[in-house]
Amino acid sequence: MKKILFFAFALVFYLGNAQDYFPTNSRVLSNNSNYTAIQGADVYTDAETLVKNATILIHKGKVVSVGKNVKVPANTVTHDMKGYIIYPSFIELFSSFGIPNPKRATGSGRSVQYDATREGYYWNDHIRPEVQAFDLLEYSAKDAAKLRSMGFGTVNSHNADGIARGNGTLVTLNDKGNNASRVLHTASGQYFSFSKSVTSRQSYPGSLMGSQALLRQVNHDLRWYRQGLSDTRDKSLEAMLDQQNQPYFFEAGDRGNAFKAAKIAQQFGQTYNVLGGGDEFEHLDLLKKYNTRLVVPVNFPKAYDVSDPINAAYVNLSDLRFWEQAPSNLAILEDEGFSSAISSKGLSASKSFFSNLRKAMERGASKEFILKGLTQIPAQMLKQENSLGQLQEGFHANFIVTKGDLFAKDFVIYENWVQGEAHILEDRSVINLKGDYSLAFKNHSFEVSISGSSKKPNMKATSNDMSYTSKVSYDFPWLNFTLSNDEGKLYRFQSRIDDASSFSGRVVANNGMNWKFNAQKASASEDEKKKDKKKNTVASSEMMSSMRFPNVGMGKDQMPKSEHLLFKNATVWTGEEILEQTDVHIKNGKIVAVGKNLNARGAQQIDATGKHLTAGIVDEHSHIGAFAINEGGQNSSAEVRMADVVDAKDIDIYRNLAGGVTTIQLLHGSANPIGGQSAILRLKWGNNAEELLFEGADPYIKFALGENVKQSNWQSFARFPQTRMGVEQTFVDYFTRAQDYMALKESGAPYRVDEELETLAEILRGERFISCHSYVQSEINMLMKVADRFGFRVNTFTHILEGYKVADKMKNHGVGGSTFSDWWAYKYEVKDAIPYNAAIMSREGVTVAINSDDAEMSRRLNQEAAKTVKYGGLSEIEAWKMVTLNPAKLLHIDDKVGSVAVGKEADVVLWSDHPLSIYAYAEKTIIQGQTFFDFEKDKELQERNRKERMRLIKAMLNVTKKEGEETQTPVQNKKRHFECETI
Amino acid sequence: MRYIALLLSVCFGLHTSVSNAQQVPGKPQDEKITISGATIHVGNGSVIENGLVTFEDGVITYVGQQMDAVEVSGMIIEADGKHLYPGFIAPSKSLGLVEINAVRATNDQDELGDFLPHVRSIIAYNAESQVVESMRPNGVLLGQVTPQGGRISGTSSIVQYDAWNWEDAVVKVDDGIHLRWPNAFRRGRWWAGESRAYRPNNNYAKQVEEIVEFMQQAQAYANGNDSSSHLPYEASRGLFDGSKKLYAYADGVKEITDLVVELKNAGVKEVVLVGGTMAEQTADLLKEHNVPVLVNTTHRIPSSEDQAYDFAYQLPKKLHDAGLLVGIQNATMSNHQARNLPFHAGQAAAKGLDKETAVQMISLNTAQILGIDDNYGSIEVGKSATLFVSEGDALDMRTNILSSAFIDGRAINLNSYQKELFDRYSEKYGQ
Repeated sequence: MKKILFFAFALVFYLGNAQDYFPTNSRVLSNNSNYTAIQGADVYTDAETLVKNATILIHKGKVVSVGKNVKVPANTVTHDMKGYIIYPSFIELFSSFGIPNPKRATGSGRSVQYDATREGYYWNDHIRPEVQAFDLLEYSAKDAAKLRSMGFGTVNSHNADGIARGNGTLVTLNDKGNNASRVLHTASGQYFSFSKSVTSRQSYPGSLMGSQALLRQVNHDLRWYRQGLSDTRDKSLEAMLDQQNQPYFFEAGDRGNAFKAAKIAQQFGQTYNVLGGGDEFEHLDLLKKYNTRLVVPVNFPKAYDVSDPINAAYVNLSDLRFWEQAPSNLAILEDEGFSSAISSKGLSASKSFFSNLRKAMERGASKEFILKGLTQIPAQMLKQENSLGQLQEGFHANFIVTKGDLFAKDFVIYENWVQGEAHILEDRSVINLKGDYSLAFKNHSFEVSISGSSKKPNMKATSNDMSYTSKVSYDFPWLNFTLSNDEGKLYRFQSRIDDASSFSGRVVANNGMNWKFNAQKASASEDEKKKDKKKNTVASSEMMSSMRFPNVGMGKDQMPKSEHLLFKNATVWTGEEILEQTDVHIKNGKIVAVGKNLNARGAQQIDATGKHLTAGIVDEHSHIGAFAINEGGQNSSAEVRMADVVDAKDIDIYRNLAGGVTTIQLLHGSANPIGGQSAILRLKWGNNAEELLFEGADPYIKFALGENVKQSNWQSFARFPQTRMGVEQTFVDYFTRAQDYMALKESGAPYRVDEELETLAEILRGERFISCHSYVQSEINMLMKVADRFGFRVNTFTHILEGYKVADKMKNHGVGGSTFSDWWAYKYEVKDAIPYNAAIMSREGVTVAINSDDAEMSRRLNQEAAKTVKYGGLSEIEAWKMVTLNPAKLLHIDDKVGSVAVGKEADVVLWSDHPLSIYAYAEKTIIQGQTFFDFEKDKELQERNRKERMRLIKAMLNVTKKEGEETQTPVQNKKRHFECETI
Repeated sequence: MRYIALLLSVCFGLHTSVSNAQQVPGKPQDEKITISGATIHVGNGSVIENGLVTFEDGVITYVGQQMDAVEVSGMIIEADGKHLYPGFIAPSKSLGLVEINAVRATNDQDELGDFLPHVRSIIAYNAESQVVESMRPNGVLLGQVTPQGGRISGTSSIVQYDAWNWEDAVVKVDDGIHLRWPNAFRRGRWWAGESRAYRPNNNYAKQVEEIVEFMQQAQAYANGNDSSSHLPYEASRGLFDGSKKLYAYADGVKEITDLVVELKNAGVKEVVLVGGTMAEQTADLLKEHNVPVLVNTTHRIPSSEDQAYDFAYQLPKKLHDAGLLVGIQNATMSNHQARNLPFHAGQAAAKGLDKETAVQMISLNTAQILGIDDNYGSIEVGKSATLFVSEGDALDMRTNILSSAFIDGRAINLNSYQKELFDRYSEKYGQ
């Protein structure tokens, strides 16, 4: 306490004795050292502390003292603010205030730029930590006024462009100062994002997973550079080193990008302050897991204009639901113990900003939580908690002078004081009438709602459900207004305003009659307020559209549980044989018995007479459940991870379940010879992105050969390789580098961690397995030879459409083949693709799977397997293995899944008919004993959704019609369907 | 039996070399052929168990039960336990206009320009295409060669898939004009900074107006006698006297409604809806105006995340139940997928559509819609002997295994470039 006092004293002393060092030639030196005092207001010194009837004493832009008993010096200008409420003004962390828009790089056509445009900086143009916002800052009084009207006094402004965006600058919105006095910090925090700079067309990173990998690599490089091991200078890394002790800010966005940012921070021992996307309530578990420090936007979606039913039908149910759910985000975060800052990102007007904050409070977010999120928490994130965000001695005199309940309809900001300078928004001498009134005269009564500014109010009224329009003129203190309706009724009112809580005067009807009228401001009684609060809290925890798993239309109301099941009398396809009239007992997620006449006490019996029970389908080559597929920005992208872009909400997961698929390998695309790291997923619909990962599965990577990697089919001629000859050399080059890297690492000498080479070294050590996209026999043979040379084995050739031409060589190498059943003719390298491929390879002893690559085909892989019976005459058991046990073998998970055997995990499908028949469909799809798809349940979900859609459309019509909320045009968000070649 | 052996040698060919040309087209029928014992799937919804079919000079002369007394002469194919189907028909495909999609030099499906009714597919149709050849072993024996792209893509023709050249292949030349109706909802222009979300197409009304304007002009032209050179209007003449059909592609409720009303108002006599994802909601209008539907394939992902996962599986049945004349096409898929058309029909049967109705949707219904049902689409006396014998249910992958097939009575070769590669490598490995 002593220390603080001393500090405060020292600060005052310092302020009083600051020395001018700028020469003055236009006038005599005239420093004003008077004090300013605000008296009589109720002051929130912080979000939780209200001092009634307080005085704030201000000197040179800072608070000297605040409280009930403040001694005011003689040389003080005082302002009487009795009846007003004062809050510390708000702080925006993610602002680009005063920063000109970055110039978009123009390019020529579709040619791709692989190299950086700069020299002496980081090798990637999208890493721009050296950018200093202060150098770009051009104070805009117009934008400042807008921000002040929203309650902001200080913004941290930065150049919002690139993956590393450089340094912010902390600037107050003080029109009366200059940049020397307004800028509190010239270097106030480093900014990052996952989005590339618009100023460069350098292609890498071209995906969300590439951005994550690049950010990790930059951090590795930074550690290395710090040790002085680089032979060259790098201004970008030097800037990051200079700035490493500043706070970090990360603009992440929605869809779980916030926890992805926090995960990177955690890996490198940093803390990012992460701007999310307003959907944080969907990602609570992972946000918590990575200790995410959140900055939460409140730009809730507007209601859709659903007046045109055809257009309204296009809007996804999940978007309708998000409209209803989004305002509860803050309340949920508060309940869950997050201390989040709040950002106005995406909102540029006080009206929508305040009304959204009001909605958040109606959903149960407390006033303190919101106030803190706008003041103290951003101050802490900026490491400015001793000078901003509160009204205490020594703090900047940044506050707003208001009336009405915070963010309520009658909330008005009269003045926004910045650094002790008043900025007037509303004339305090004019009585502000904003709010709802009950107006009565004779036997008439009206509900009147007044909005707009204090000097130019607007008025709407209703009486007995009839609406009245109004013309208002307010020449304070005289208020004149009319109320008229469609039936020709017209009343003219006149009143002298002395008090905002009620006013009265004369009213003249259009027949000349006149009476006295009285208008009384509606104020909720204390009881009603309490009731409201209670109601609102309930609303938040139950949220009108309740959470689903995942939170989309076809999500489940409850997560499925592991069930105890006994299938009776099924035709069971074990993988090796077909057993008639057989029972299968499932318990604790495992298959515990397969046999005739089984009994299982306590198990739910399922009559499977006439039905077929098989293992779940395993798709070796899938691109569903992902936000991105290709990182084609370089010819190798071994450093990127599909696990970084898993989209657990992708409806194709559900559709695949409906096709009996239980496990997939989510593969990187085929844009480059060395692709990214695969993710093997169990399609446990409703689990989060990390829970979908197949536990304990071996790591895989995608390689690719042929037309895609040499970019034959689009206009790109700048990237090596352009021929199959070059493809070989690309592999030799990278594996040689990986060998050198391993040698350096093992030597004990200091080295730069390189995630790409680390990944390739895993392949050389036999710890990571290749699934290689391939078509023609020459290249297939080539890769096996390269693998021989470097001493590893290729695990799988995927697509492998000419595998039948080199099946003997594949058998010798020990590589499996995962192919299409009958695709061909779409490009030159599939000219010799034949539907007999699988049969020939299989007969030659190669482990063969049939894969999808395609979100439509993947939901009927059973049919694709059946085509091997038609083409090549494989037995039905062999055919069935091609989509179950064989792909499980190729993925090294055949000890857990792929067949119906005691001890294996209960990943099974109940089919309506012979599973290789066109007439079969999945009735139940079960993973680890949990039912993730149920044919009957699906109909119920559809009915549930139909009703919910009707309810939500009605609700949207209501708020737009009755409450006049703004709307947006109906849109249909569609996920992108990826295949190998999607860029 | 002698004949069967002979036939087998034709069907499964004893060729050992891989050639780039197509298999040799079948010779004109020179003797009476009898197929006995098969289950006949007539194509009109009915089935004849233990059936007997005869044909002479390419024309079916008898269809009935085996026991019925028929004079047996010529070649006899014993097909006990097998299944006999009319040749399946693949409408709305550019099959034969493009060989390898990614090789531009082999691509002749999309001409420059927006209103191109005068552009005719038939002269570019490659009768020797390896992709076309691969249709036959699956029972897809006829198709509509259809230009792609633009607003009016061009004029299609209907061909059979066993011919020396396009002239030989013709079943019906210049049968119809293909109009791609504009979408009322369009994808966001993400490259210009919009989100990828679909949104109302603000140009929709204008685009519809362009079509209406074209049709009004074309009709006025057709009413007059001035045959001065306006190739597009000249080519459209048949739309207004019913001699040419208009195939209009649309999926949404608004689009389907607009196209039916506008095209009928414009005096177009025969309109066929192609696509029809939302056609159930407009079934009354379609019925009122006798507009049949070539419905999208069942092997199609739902068009929105809320649509039932099996929406496409059920759609043919729903439209059929609504009283519409329905054929199944797979226009949006790669051309090579046309050989899977039987399974696309089978998929509809998996979700409740009667199996024979499913057959009908790729045979007689399609023939009716295309206007070739006087001669094709079903196994009935007087019609062309365009049919095939399958080991089992032809709508199921496992049993769609053809032992013989005929187009206009000509026994066709069921070998293919793909099968030859199979034989070649089976031989290599001694399999």
